[in-house]
Amino acid sequence: MNIVACIKRVPTTDLQAKVGGDQKSLDSAGVQYMVSFYDEIAVEEAVRLKEKHGGEVTILSMGPSDAAKEIRECLAKGADKGVLLTDSEWDQRDALSTAKALKAKVEELGPNLVLTGRLATDHDNGAVGPMLATLLGWACVTDVIELEIDGDKGTAKRESESGVEIYDFQLPAVITCQKDLNEPRYAGLKGIMAAKKKPVEEAACEPGASQAEVTKLSVPPARKEGRIVGEGAAAVPALLDALRNEAKVL
Amino acid sequence: MTIVVYVEHQHGAPKRASAEALGAARSLSDQVVAVVAGEGADAAAAGLGGHGATRVVHLTGSHAFSPDAMAQDLAKIVGEHGAKGLFLSATSTGSDVAPRAAALLDSTLFSNCTAVNAAGDGFEITRPWLAGKLIAELSPKSSVLCATLRRNTFQAHSGGGNAEVSQVAATETGQATLARIEAKEEGKLDVSEAPVVVSGGRGLKEPEGFGVIEELAAAFGDAAVGASRAVVDAGWRPHGEQVGQTGKTVSPQLYIAVAISGAIQHLAGMKTSKVIVAINKDPEAPIFKVADYGIVGDAFEVLPVLTEEVRKIRAQG
Repeated sequence: MNIVACIKRVPTTDLQAKVGGDQKSLDSAGVQYMVSFYDEIAVEEAVRLKEKHGGEVTILSMGPSDAAKEIRECLAKGADKGVLLTDSEWDQRDALSTAKALKAKVEELGPNLVLTGRLATDHDNGAVGPMLATLLGWACVTDVIELEIDGDKGTAKRESESGVEIYDFQLPAVITCQKDLNEPRYAGLKGIMAAKKKPVEEAACEPGASQAEVTKLSVPPARKEGRIVGEGAAAVPALLDALRNEAKVL
Repeated sequence: MTIVVYVEHQHGAPKRASAEALGAARSLSDQVVAVVAGEGADAAAAGLGGHGATRVVHLTGSHAFSPDAMAQDLAKIVGEHGAKGLFLSATSTGSDVAPRAAALLDSTLFSNCTAVNAAGDGFEITRPWLAGKLIAELSPKSSVLCATLRRNTFQAHSGGGNAEVSQVAATETGQATLARIEAKEEGKLDVSEAPVVVSGGRGLKEPEGFGVIEELAAAFGDAAVGASRAVVDAGWRPHGEQVGQTGKTVSPQLYIAVAISGAIQHLAGMKTSKVIVAINKDPEAPIFKVADYGIVGDAFEVLPVLTEEVRKIRAQG
Protein backbone atom coordinates (compact mmCIF):
# COMPACT_ATOMS: atom_id res chain seq x y z
CA MET A 1 0.00 0.00 0.00
CA ASN A 2 1.33 3.40 -0.95
CA ILE A 3 0.61 6.15 1.54
CA VAL A 4 1.20 9.87 1.47
CA ALA A 5 1.37 11.61 4.85
CA CYS A 6 0.90 15.38 4.59
CA ILE A 7 2.65 17.42 7.25
CA LYS A 8 3.04 21.10 8.09
CA ARG A 9 5.86 22.84 9.86
CA VAL A 10 4.32 25.02 12.59
CA PRO A 11 5.57 27.02 15.60
CA THR A 12 6.05 24.94 18.75
CA THR A 13 2.99 24.91 21.03
CA ASP A 14 4.86 26.59 23.91
CA LEU A 15 5.24 29.76 21.81
CA GLN A 16 4.40 33.11 23.41
CA ALA A 17 3.15 34.57 20.14
CA LYS A 18 3.96 38.14 19.17
CA VAL A 19 2.81 40.16 16.18
CA GLY A 20 5.32 41.42 13.61
CA GLY A 21 5.88 45.07 12.68
CA ASP A 22 3.37 44.87 9.81
CA GLN A 23 0.57 44.04 12.32
CA LYS A 24 -0.43 41.26 9.92
CA SER A 25 1.94 38.39 10.55
CA LEU A 26 3.50 36.43 13.36
CA ASP A 27 6.80 37.86 14.61
CA SER A 28 9.17 35.05 13.65
CA ALA A 29 12.01 36.21 15.91
CA GLY A 30 12.95 33.37 18.23
CA VAL A 31 10.18 31.09 16.93
CA GLN A 32 11.04 27.39 16.97
CA TYR A 33 9.28 24.94 14.70
CA MET A 34 7.94 21.41 14.86
CA VAL A 35 5.85 18.98 12.82
CA SER A 36 2.25 19.90 13.68
CA PHE A 37 1.09 17.70 16.56
CA TYR A 38 -1.70 15.90 14.66
CA ASP A 39 0.47 15.43 11.55
CA GLU A 40 2.92 13.43 13.69
CA ILE A 41 0.03 11.09 14.44
CA ALA A 42 -0.68 10.82 10.69
CA VAL A 43 2.96 9.91 10.02
CA GLU A 44 2.91 7.29 12.78
CA GLU A 45 -0.27 5.74 11.37
CA ALA A 46 1.24 5.69 7.88
CA VAL A 47 4.36 3.89 9.11
CA ARG A 48 2.27 1.38 11.09
CA LEU A 49 0.12 0.63 8.02
CA LYS A 50 3.27 0.14 5.95
CA GLU A 51 4.68 -2.22 8.58
CA LYS A 52 1.44 -4.22 8.47
CA HIS A 53 0.57 -4.17 4.77
CA GLY A 54 3.89 -3.35 3.07
CA GLY A 55 4.35 -0.50 0.62
CA GLU A 56 5.88 2.93 0.82
CA VAL A 57 5.31 6.12 2.80
CA THR A 58 5.92 9.52 1.22
CA ILE A 59 5.98 12.65 3.35
CA LEU A 60 4.46 15.60 1.51
CA SER A 61 4.75 19.13 2.79
CA MET A 62 4.48 22.71 1.66
CA GLY A 63 6.69 25.34 3.16
CA PRO A 64 10.03 27.10 3.05
CA SER A 65 13.19 25.16 2.15
CA ASP A 66 13.94 24.96 5.90
CA ALA A 67 10.97 22.61 6.28
CA ALA A 68 13.09 19.82 4.81
CA LYS A 69 14.28 19.43 8.43
CA GLU A 70 10.77 18.45 9.59
CA ILE A 71 10.46 16.04 6.64
CA ARG A 72 13.75 14.37 7.69
CA GLU A 73 12.33 13.95 11.21
CA CYS A 74 9.49 11.92 9.69
CA LEU A 75 11.89 9.90 7.51
CA ALA A 76 13.78 9.06 10.70
CA LYS A 77 10.60 7.48 12.07
CA GLY A 78 10.24 5.12 9.13
CA ALA A 79 8.85 7.04 6.15
CA ASP A 80 10.67 6.36 2.88
CA LYS A 81 10.91 9.62 0.97
CA GLY A 82 9.88 13.24 1.08
CA VAL A 83 8.49 15.88 -1.25
CA LEU A 84 8.61 19.54 -0.29
CA LEU A 85 6.51 21.98 -2.31
CA THR A 86 7.88 25.48 -2.11
CA ASP A 87 6.70 28.80 -3.36
CA SER A 88 8.08 32.10 -2.15
CA GLU A 89 4.71 33.18 -0.73
CA TRP A 90 3.62 29.81 0.64
CA ASP A 91 2.50 31.27 3.96
CA GLN A 92 0.04 33.61 2.20
CA ARG A 93 -1.82 30.67 0.75
CA ASP A 94 -5.33 29.82 1.88
CA ALA A 95 -6.57 26.29 2.53
CA LEU A 96 -8.07 25.87 -0.94
CA SER A 97 -4.96 26.89 -2.87
CA THR A 98 -2.86 24.63 -0.62
CA ALA A 99 -5.23 21.73 -1.29
CA LYS A 100 -5.01 22.39 -5.03
CA ALA A 101 -1.21 22.32 -4.97
CA LEU A 102 -1.21 19.11 -2.91
CA LYS A 103 -3.77 17.53 -5.24
CA ALA A 104 -1.49 17.87 -8.26
CA LYS A 105 1.36 16.18 -6.39
CA VAL A 106 -0.84 13.46 -4.88
CA GLU A 107 -2.14 12.55 -8.34
CA GLU A 108 1.45 12.20 -9.52
CA LEU A 109 2.38 10.03 -6.52
CA GLY A 110 -0.77 7.90 -6.90
CA PRO A 111 -1.21 6.64 -3.32
CA ASN A 112 -4.04 4.45 -1.99
CA LEU A 113 -4.30 6.54 1.13
CA VAL A 114 -3.48 10.08 2.25
CA LEU A 115 -3.12 10.71 5.98
CA THR A 116 -2.85 14.11 7.62
CA GLY A 117 -3.57 15.81 10.93
CA ARG A 118 -7.07 17.01 11.85
CA LEU A 119 -5.73 20.55 11.77
CA ALA A 120 -2.39 22.34 11.78
CA THR A 121 -1.75 24.00 15.13
CA ASP A 122 -0.90 27.39 13.62
CA HIS A 123 -4.01 28.56 11.76
CA ASP A 124 -6.22 25.82 13.26
CA ASN A 125 -8.34 25.76 10.11
CA GLY A 126 -8.76 22.00 9.61
CA ALA A 127 -9.75 22.35 5.97
CA VAL A 128 -6.92 21.12 3.74
CA GLY A 129 -7.49 17.35 4.26
CA PRO A 130 -11.22 17.23 3.37
CA MET A 131 -10.68 19.81 0.62
CA LEU A 132 -7.96 17.65 -0.92
CA ALA A 133 -10.30 14.64 -0.84
CA THR A 134 -13.11 16.67 -2.43
CA LEU A 135 -10.83 17.90 -5.24
CA LEU A 136 -9.62 14.35 -5.83
CA GLY A 137 -13.15 12.93 -5.66
CA TRP A 138 -12.01 10.58 -2.87
CA ALA A 139 -13.64 9.48 0.35
CA CYS A 140 -12.61 11.28 3.52
CA VAL A 141 -13.15 10.69 7.23
CA THR A 142 -12.02 13.40 9.64
CA ASP A 143 -10.93 13.39 13.31
CA VAL A 144 -10.23 9.65 13.17
CA ILE A 145 -9.41 7.80 16.39
CA GLU A 146 -9.38 4.25 14.99
CA LEU A 147 -8.61 3.08 11.46
CA GLU A 148 -8.92 -0.34 9.81
CA ILE A 149 -7.89 -0.98 6.22
CA ASP A 150 -8.89 -4.26 4.54
CA GLY A 151 -8.04 -4.46 0.84
CA ASP A 152 -9.74 -1.55 -0.86
CA LYS A 153 -12.19 -1.01 2.00
CA GLY A 154 -11.77 0.93 5.20
CA THR A 155 -13.57 1.57 8.47
CA ALA A 156 -12.83 4.60 10.59
CA LYS A 157 -14.09 5.75 13.95
CA ARG A 158 -14.36 9.47 14.47
CA GLU A 159 -14.96 11.46 17.58
CA SER A 160 -18.04 13.69 17.71
CA GLU A 161 -20.07 15.46 20.38
CA SER A 162 -22.72 12.75 20.33
CA GLY A 163 -20.29 9.86 20.68
CA VAL A 164 -18.12 7.80 18.37
CA GLU A 165 -19.23 7.65 14.72
CA ILE A 166 -18.21 4.67 12.59
CA TYR A 167 -17.76 5.31 8.88
CA ASP A 168 -17.32 2.87 5.99
CA PHE A 169 -15.42 4.00 2.93
CA GLN A 170 -13.60 2.81 -0.19
CA LEU A 171 -9.96 3.50 -1.00
CA PRO A 172 -8.42 5.71 -2.22
CA ALA A 173 -9.22 7.98 0.71
CA VAL A 174 -8.01 10.88 2.82
CA ILE A 175 -8.03 10.38 6.59
CA THR A 176 -7.44 13.19 9.08
CA CYS A 177 -6.02 12.04 12.40
CA GLN A 178 -7.10 12.85 15.95
CA LYS A 179 -5.04 12.33 19.08
CA ASP A 180 -6.36 8.95 20.26
CA LEU A 181 -5.39 7.20 17.00
CA ASN A 182 -1.90 6.24 18.15
CA GLU A 183 1.11 7.25 20.21
CA PRO A 184 3.84 8.51 17.85
CA ARG A 185 7.23 6.82 18.26
CA TYR A 186 10.51 8.59 18.86
CA ALA A 187 13.16 8.39 16.19
CA GLY A 188 16.11 6.18 17.13
CA LEU A 189 19.72 6.88 16.22
CA LYS A 190 19.55 4.24 13.46
CA GLY A 191 16.50 5.92 11.99
CA ILE A 192 18.12 9.34 12.11
CA MET A 193 21.21 8.01 10.30
CA ALA A 194 19.07 6.24 7.69
CA ALA A 195 16.99 9.37 7.12
CA LYS A 196 20.07 11.25 5.93
CA LYS A 197 20.28 8.94 2.93
CA LYS A 198 16.58 9.03 2.02
CA PRO A 199 15.53 11.25 -0.89
CA VAL A 200 13.78 14.58 -0.32
CA GLU A 201 12.61 16.18 -3.53
CA GLU A 202 12.08 19.92 -3.55
CA ALA A 203 9.56 21.10 -6.13
CA ALA A 204 8.60 24.69 -6.82
CA CYS A 205 4.89 25.26 -7.29
CA GLU A 206 2.98 28.15 -8.79
CA PRO A 207 1.96 30.78 -6.24
CA GLY A 208 -1.76 30.51 -5.52
CA ALA A 209 -4.10 33.50 -5.36
CA SER A 210 -5.23 33.83 -1.76
CA GLN A 211 -8.90 34.25 -0.92
CA ALA A 212 -7.99 35.02 2.70
CA GLU A 213 -6.19 38.32 3.11
CA VAL A 214 -5.09 39.10 6.66
CA THR A 215 -5.96 42.70 7.46
CA LYS A 216 -4.86 42.70 11.09
CA LEU A 217 -3.26 40.35 13.57
CA SER A 218 -3.30 41.07 17.28
CA VAL A 219 -2.65 39.57 20.67
CA PRO A 220 -5.99 39.27 22.51
CA PRO A 221 -6.41 41.68 25.42
CA ALA A 222 -5.33 40.27 28.77
CA ARG A 223 -8.16 39.26 31.06
CA LYS A 224 -9.05 41.72 33.77
CA GLU A 225 -7.04 40.91 36.87
CA GLY A 226 -8.95 38.69 39.23
CA ARG A 227 -8.54 38.12 42.94
CA ILE A 228 -7.93 35.39 45.46
CA VAL A 229 -11.10 35.13 47.52
CA GLY A 230 -9.49 33.14 50.31
CA GLU A 231 -7.75 29.98 51.42
CA GLY A 232 -9.06 26.45 51.76
CA ALA A 233 -12.64 25.30 52.26
CA ALA A 234 -13.37 28.38 54.38
CA ALA A 235 -13.24 30.46 51.16
CA VAL A 236 -16.16 28.64 49.53
CA PRO A 237 -18.89 31.07 50.76
CA ALA A 238 -16.87 34.04 49.45
CA LEU A 239 -16.48 32.31 46.07
CA LEU A 240 -20.18 31.52 45.78
CA ASP A 241 -21.07 35.06 46.78
CA ALA A 242 -18.79 36.42 44.02
CA LEU A 243 -20.17 34.01 41.41
CA ARG A 244 -23.75 34.82 42.33
CA ASN A 245 -23.67 38.56 42.97
CA GLU A 246 -20.70 39.87 40.98
CA ALA A 247 -20.27 37.54 38.04
CA LYS A 248 -23.95 36.48 38.03
CA VAL A 249 -23.24 33.02 36.68
CA LEU A 250 -25.00 31.00 39.38
CA MET B 1 -27.80 38.82 -0.18
CA THR B 2 -28.68 35.25 0.74
CA ILE B 3 -26.91 33.19 3.38
CA VAL B 4 -27.37 29.42 3.59
CA VAL B 5 -27.10 27.85 7.06
CA TYR B 6 -26.75 24.14 7.75
CA VAL B 7 -28.82 23.33 10.83
CA GLU B 8 -28.12 20.42 13.17
CA HIS B 9 -31.11 19.49 15.26
CA GLN B 10 -32.20 17.35 18.16
CA HIS B 11 -35.63 16.63 19.65
CA GLY B 12 -37.35 18.66 16.93
CA ALA B 13 -35.39 21.88 17.52
CA PRO B 14 -32.10 23.27 16.27
CA LYS B 15 -29.09 22.55 18.46
CA ARG B 16 -27.96 25.65 20.32
CA ALA B 17 -24.87 26.00 18.11
CA SER B 18 -27.08 25.98 14.99
CA ALA B 19 -29.50 28.50 16.52
CA GLU B 20 -26.48 30.76 17.02
CA ALA B 21 -25.39 30.28 13.39
CA LEU B 22 -28.92 31.14 12.22
CA GLY B 23 -28.86 34.22 14.45
CA ALA B 24 -25.51 35.31 13.01
CA ALA B 25 -26.81 34.90 9.45
CA ARG B 26 -30.03 36.77 10.20
CA SER B 27 -28.13 39.68 11.75
CA LEU B 28 -26.36 40.07 8.38
CA SER B 29 -29.18 39.32 5.97
CA ASP B 30 -32.96 39.15 5.63
CA GLN B 31 -32.62 36.16 3.33
CA VAL B 32 -31.55 33.16 5.34
CA VAL B 33 -32.02 29.68 3.92
CA ALA B 34 -31.84 26.98 6.60
CA VAL B 35 -31.01 23.44 5.50
CA VAL B 36 -32.08 20.45 7.62
CA ALA B 37 -31.82 16.73 7.05
CA GLY B 38 -32.08 13.43 8.86
CA GLU B 39 -34.45 11.85 11.34
CA GLY B 40 -36.76 14.38 12.98
CA ALA B 41 -35.93 17.07 10.42
CA ASP B 42 -39.59 17.69 9.55
CA ALA B 43 -40.38 18.70 13.12
CA ALA B 44 -37.27 20.87 13.32
CA ALA B 45 -37.95 22.46 9.90
CA ALA B 46 -41.35 23.74 11.00
CA GLY B 47 -39.89 25.89 13.77
CA LEU B 48 -36.86 27.37 12.03
CA GLY B 49 -38.64 30.58 11.01
CA GLY B 50 -38.71 31.47 14.67
CA HIS B 51 -34.94 31.05 14.78
CA GLY B 52 -34.30 33.51 11.97
CA ALA B 53 -34.65 31.43 8.80
CA THR B 54 -36.69 33.02 6.01
CA ARG B 55 -36.76 29.82 3.95
CA VAL B 56 -36.17 26.22 4.91
CA VAL B 57 -34.93 23.44 2.68
CA HIS B 58 -35.71 20.02 4.14
CA LEU B 59 -33.48 17.39 2.53
CA THR B 60 -35.45 14.17 2.52
CA GLY B 61 -34.37 10.56 2.29
CA SER B 62 -33.82 7.68 4.67
CA HIS B 63 -30.22 6.88 3.65
CA ALA B 64 -27.23 6.96 6.01
CA PHE B 65 -25.51 10.30 6.62
CA SER B 66 -22.53 11.07 4.42
CA PRO B 67 -20.54 14.28 4.89
CA ASP B 68 -19.53 14.41 1.22
CA ALA B 69 -23.10 13.91 -0.02
CA MET B 70 -24.25 16.61 2.41
CA ALA B 71 -21.55 18.94 1.08
CA GLN B 72 -22.81 18.35 -2.47
CA ASP B 73 -26.37 19.22 -1.44
CA LEU B 74 -25.24 22.37 0.37
CA ALA B 75 -23.13 23.52 -2.58
CA LYS B 76 -26.10 22.94 -4.87
CA ILE B 77 -28.45 24.94 -2.62
CA VAL B 78 -25.92 27.78 -2.40
CA GLY B 79 -25.74 27.84 -6.21
CA GLU B 80 -29.52 27.71 -6.69
CA HIS B 81 -30.06 30.64 -4.34
CA GLY B 82 -27.07 32.61 -5.58
CA ALA B 83 -26.02 32.78 -1.92
CA LYS B 84 -23.02 34.84 -0.82
CA GLY B 85 -22.52 32.97 2.43
CA LEU B 86 -22.59 29.39 3.73
CA PHE B 87 -22.51 29.12 7.51
CA LEU B 88 -22.15 25.99 9.62
CA SER B 89 -21.46 25.63 13.34
CA ALA B 90 -17.92 24.74 14.35
CA THR B 91 -19.22 21.44 15.71
CA SER B 92 -17.72 18.09 14.76
CA THR B 93 -20.29 17.65 11.96
CA GLY B 94 -20.10 21.28 10.79
CA SER B 95 -16.32 21.20 10.71
CA ASP B 96 -16.44 17.92 8.77
CA VAL B 97 -18.89 19.05 6.09
CA ALA B 98 -17.81 22.69 5.64
CA PRO B 99 -14.42 22.28 3.92
CA ARG B 100 -15.91 19.84 1.40
CA ALA B 101 -18.76 22.21 0.50
CA ALA B 102 -16.26 25.10 0.28
CA ALA B 103 -14.05 23.14 -2.12
CA LEU B 104 -17.06 22.36 -4.32
CA LEU B 105 -17.81 26.10 -4.41
CA ASP B 106 -14.18 26.86 -5.29
CA SER B 107 -14.03 28.93 -2.10
CA THR B 108 -11.67 28.62 0.82
CA LEU B 109 -12.93 28.03 4.37
CA PHE B 110 -12.79 30.23 7.44
CA SER B 111 -13.09 27.91 10.44
CA ASN B 112 -14.18 28.71 13.95
CA CYS B 113 -14.99 32.37 13.28
CA THR B 114 -15.61 34.57 16.31
CA ALA B 115 -17.04 37.48 14.32
CA VAL B 116 -18.53 37.94 10.84
CA ASN B 117 -19.41 41.45 9.71
CA ALA B 118 -20.63 42.99 6.48
CA ALA B 119 -18.03 45.13 4.69
CA GLY B 120 -18.98 46.79 1.43
CA ASP B 121 -20.20 44.05 -0.91
CA GLY B 122 -18.57 41.35 1.17
CA PHE B 123 -17.61 40.42 4.69
CA GLU B 124 -14.83 40.70 7.21
CA ILE B 125 -14.24 37.91 9.64
CA THR B 126 -12.32 37.33 12.85
CA ARG B 127 -10.90 34.00 13.93
CA PRO B 128 -8.29 32.73 16.39
CA TRP B 129 -4.83 31.51 15.36
CA LEU B 130 -2.59 29.34 17.52
CA ALA B 131 -5.62 28.31 19.62
CA GLY B 132 -6.36 31.93 20.48
CA LYS B 133 -2.86 33.19 21.25
CA LEU B 134 -3.45 35.54 18.30
CA ILE B 135 -6.60 37.03 16.79
CA ALA B 136 -6.65 37.32 13.00
CA GLU B 137 -8.92 39.67 11.10
CA LEU B 138 -9.37 38.63 7.50
CA SER B 139 -10.95 39.97 4.36
CA PRO B 140 -12.44 37.02 2.45
CA LYS B 141 -12.02 37.20 -1.33
CA SER B 142 -13.90 33.99 -2.10
CA SER B 143 -17.04 34.08 -4.27
CA VAL B 144 -18.97 32.52 -1.36
CA LEU B 145 -17.98 33.12 2.26
CA CYS B 146 -17.79 29.60 3.67
CA ALA B 147 -17.45 29.76 7.43
CA THR B 148 -17.88 27.68 10.54
CA LEU B 149 -18.92 29.72 13.56
CA ARG B 150 -17.55 29.24 17.02
CA ARG B 151 -20.01 28.15 19.64
CA ASN B 152 -21.15 30.33 22.55
CA THR B 153 -20.10 33.38 20.54
CA PHE B 154 -23.02 34.49 18.34
CA GLN B 155 -26.48 35.56 19.49
CA ALA B 156 -29.43 33.39 18.56
CA HIS B 157 -32.30 35.19 16.79
CA SER B 158 -35.00 36.52 19.11
CA GLY B 159 -37.31 38.32 16.65
CA GLY B 160 -39.55 35.35 15.80
CA GLY B 161 -40.84 34.78 12.28
CA ASN B 162 -42.10 32.20 9.83
CA ALA B 163 -40.43 30.44 6.97
CA GLU B 164 -41.74 28.48 4.02
CA VAL B 165 -40.49 24.89 4.03
CA SER B 166 -39.67 23.11 0.78
CA GLN B 167 -38.73 19.46 0.52
CA VAL B 168 -35.89 18.37 -1.74
CA ALA B 169 -34.61 14.82 -2.20
CA ALA B 170 -31.11 14.54 -0.75
CA THR B 171 -28.11 13.10 -2.60
CA GLU B 172 -28.12 9.50 -1.47
CA THR B 173 -24.75 8.08 -2.23
CA GLY B 174 -21.65 9.36 -0.54
CA GLN B 175 -18.03 8.29 -0.58
CA ALA B 176 -17.95 7.80 3.17
CA THR B 177 -21.13 6.76 4.95
CA LEU B 178 -22.04 6.66 8.61
CA ALA B 179 -22.57 3.03 9.55
CA ARG B 180 -23.47 3.57 13.22
CA ILE B 181 -22.90 5.72 16.28
CA GLU B 182 -21.69 4.49 19.64
CA ALA B 183 -23.62 7.13 21.55
CA LYS B 184 -22.30 8.44 24.80
CA GLU B 185 -24.37 8.29 27.97
CA GLU B 186 -27.66 10.09 27.65
CA GLY B 187 -27.41 13.60 29.06
CA LYS B 188 -23.62 13.62 29.17
CA LEU B 189 -22.46 16.97 27.81
CA ASP B 190 -19.39 17.44 25.67
CA VAL B 191 -16.78 19.75 27.15
CA SER B 192 -17.05 21.99 24.09
CA GLU B 193 -20.79 22.60 24.47
CA ALA B 194 -21.44 22.65 28.23
CA PRO B 195 -22.22 26.00 29.88
CA VAL B 196 -20.13 24.96 32.89
CA VAL B 197 -16.82 23.08 32.71
CA VAL B 198 -15.03 21.62 35.73
CA SER B 199 -11.48 20.64 34.78
CA GLY B 200 -8.89 18.71 36.72
CA GLY B 201 -5.13 18.43 36.44
CA ARG B 202 -2.09 16.61 37.69
CA GLY B 203 -2.56 18.04 41.19
CA LEU B 204 -5.32 15.48 41.74
CA LYS B 205 -2.49 12.94 42.16
CA GLU B 206 -4.19 9.86 40.65
CA PRO B 207 -7.04 8.94 38.28
CA GLU B 208 -9.35 8.36 41.27
CA GLY B 209 -8.73 11.96 42.24
CA PHE B 210 -11.16 12.94 39.50
CA GLY B 211 -13.99 11.71 41.72
CA VAL B 212 -14.25 15.17 43.30
CA ILE B 213 -14.33 16.76 39.81
CA GLU B 214 -17.12 14.46 38.64
CA GLU B 215 -19.13 15.12 41.78
CA LEU B 216 -18.90 18.89 41.37
CA ALA B 217 -19.87 18.60 37.69
CA ALA B 218 -22.84 16.42 38.67
CA ALA B 219 -23.91 18.96 41.30
CA PHE B 220 -24.12 21.66 38.63
CA GLY B 221 -26.18 19.35 36.42
CA ASP B 222 -25.25 21.20 33.22
CA ALA B 223 -21.48 20.80 33.58
CA ALA B 224 -18.95 18.73 31.66
CA VAL B 225 -15.68 17.33 32.99
CA GLY B 226 -12.50 18.69 31.40
CA ALA B 227 -8.87 17.68 31.79
CA SER B 228 -5.37 19.05 31.30
CA ARG B 229 -3.04 17.52 28.72
CA ALA B 230 -0.84 16.05 31.46
CA VAL B 231 -3.61 13.83 32.83
CA VAL B 232 -4.80 12.82 29.35
CA ASP B 233 -1.27 11.86 28.34
CA ALA B 234 -0.96 9.91 31.57
CA GLY B 235 -4.09 7.97 30.56
CA TRP B 236 -6.22 9.14 33.50
CA ARG B 237 -8.85 10.72 31.27
CA PRO B 238 -9.99 10.32 27.62
CA HIS B 239 -8.69 12.76 25.02
CA GLY B 240 -12.23 13.98 24.33
CA GLU B 241 -12.07 15.82 27.66
CA GLN B 242 -8.76 17.58 26.99
CA VAL B 243 -8.91 21.36 27.05
CA GLY B 244 -6.08 23.25 25.38
CA GLN B 245 -4.09 23.74 22.21
CA THR B 246 -4.00 20.05 21.30
CA GLY B 247 -7.44 19.38 22.75
CA LYS B 248 -10.61 21.42 22.69
CA THR B 249 -11.03 25.16 22.88
CA VAL B 250 -13.91 26.00 25.20
CA SER B 251 -15.71 29.20 26.16
CA PRO B 252 -18.33 28.28 28.75
CA GLN B 253 -20.11 30.67 31.09
CA LEU B 254 -18.11 29.26 33.98
CA TYR B 255 -14.79 27.40 33.88
CA ILE B 256 -13.46 25.90 37.09
CA ALA B 257 -9.81 24.82 36.92
CA VAL B 258 -8.91 22.49 39.77
CA ALA B 259 -5.31 21.48 40.51
CA ILE B 260 -4.24 22.74 37.07
CA SER B 261 -1.12 24.89 37.09
CA GLY B 262 -1.99 26.60 33.79
CA ALA B 263 0.54 25.84 31.06
CA ILE B 264 0.32 28.25 28.11
CA GLN B 265 -1.21 25.51 25.93
CA HIS B 266 -4.00 24.99 28.48
CA LEU B 267 -4.67 28.71 28.91
CA ALA B 268 -5.02 29.06 25.12
CA GLY B 269 -7.92 26.59 25.25
CA MET B 270 -10.01 28.22 28.00
CA LYS B 271 -9.03 31.89 28.21
CA THR B 272 -12.20 33.06 26.49
CA SER B 273 -14.47 31.52 29.14
CA LYS B 274 -16.80 34.15 30.60
CA VAL B 275 -15.82 33.53 34.22
CA ILE B 276 -12.80 31.54 35.36
CA VAL B 277 -12.33 30.08 38.85
CA ALA B 278 -9.02 28.54 39.87
CA ILE B 279 -8.50 26.26 42.82
CA ASN B 280 -4.86 25.39 43.40
CA LYS B 281 -2.52 24.72 46.31
CA ASP B 282 0.25 26.83 44.77
CA PRO B 283 -0.50 30.57 45.06
CA GLU B 284 2.12 31.19 42.33
CA ALA B 285 0.42 28.92 39.75
CA PRO B 286 0.00 30.75 36.39
CA ILE B 287 -3.68 29.76 36.31
CA PHE B 288 -4.39 32.49 38.89
CA LYS B 289 -3.23 35.12 36.37
CA VAL B 290 -6.23 34.42 34.11
CA ALA B 291 -8.72 33.54 36.86
CA ASP B 292 -11.43 35.96 37.98
CA TYR B 293 -11.66 34.25 41.36
CA GLY B 294 -9.16 32.01 43.05
CA ILE B 295 -9.02 29.83 46.10
CA VAL B 296 -5.61 28.80 47.35
CA GLY B 297 -6.15 25.38 48.80
CA ASP B 298 -6.24 21.62 48.50
CA ALA B 299 -8.81 20.36 45.99
CA PHE B 300 -9.76 17.47 48.26
CA GLU B 301 -10.71 19.90 51.06
CA VAL B 302 -12.30 22.64 48.95
CA LEU B 303 -14.30 20.66 46.41
CA PRO B 304 -16.52 18.58 48.72
CA VAL B 305 -17.66 21.78 50.46
CA LEU B 306 -18.17 23.59 47.15
CA THR B 307 -20.06 20.60 45.73
CA GLU B 308 -22.43 20.51 48.69
CA GLU B 309 -23.18 24.24 48.37
CA VAL B 310 -23.69 24.06 44.60
CA ARG B 311 -26.06 21.13 45.09
CA LYS B 312 -28.13 23.24 47.52
CA ILE B 313 -28.19 26.21 45.14
CA ARG B 314 -29.24 24.07 42.17
CA ALA B 315 -31.91 22.33 44.28
CA GLN B 316 -33.45 25.75 44.99
CA GLY B 317 -33.55 26.32 41.20
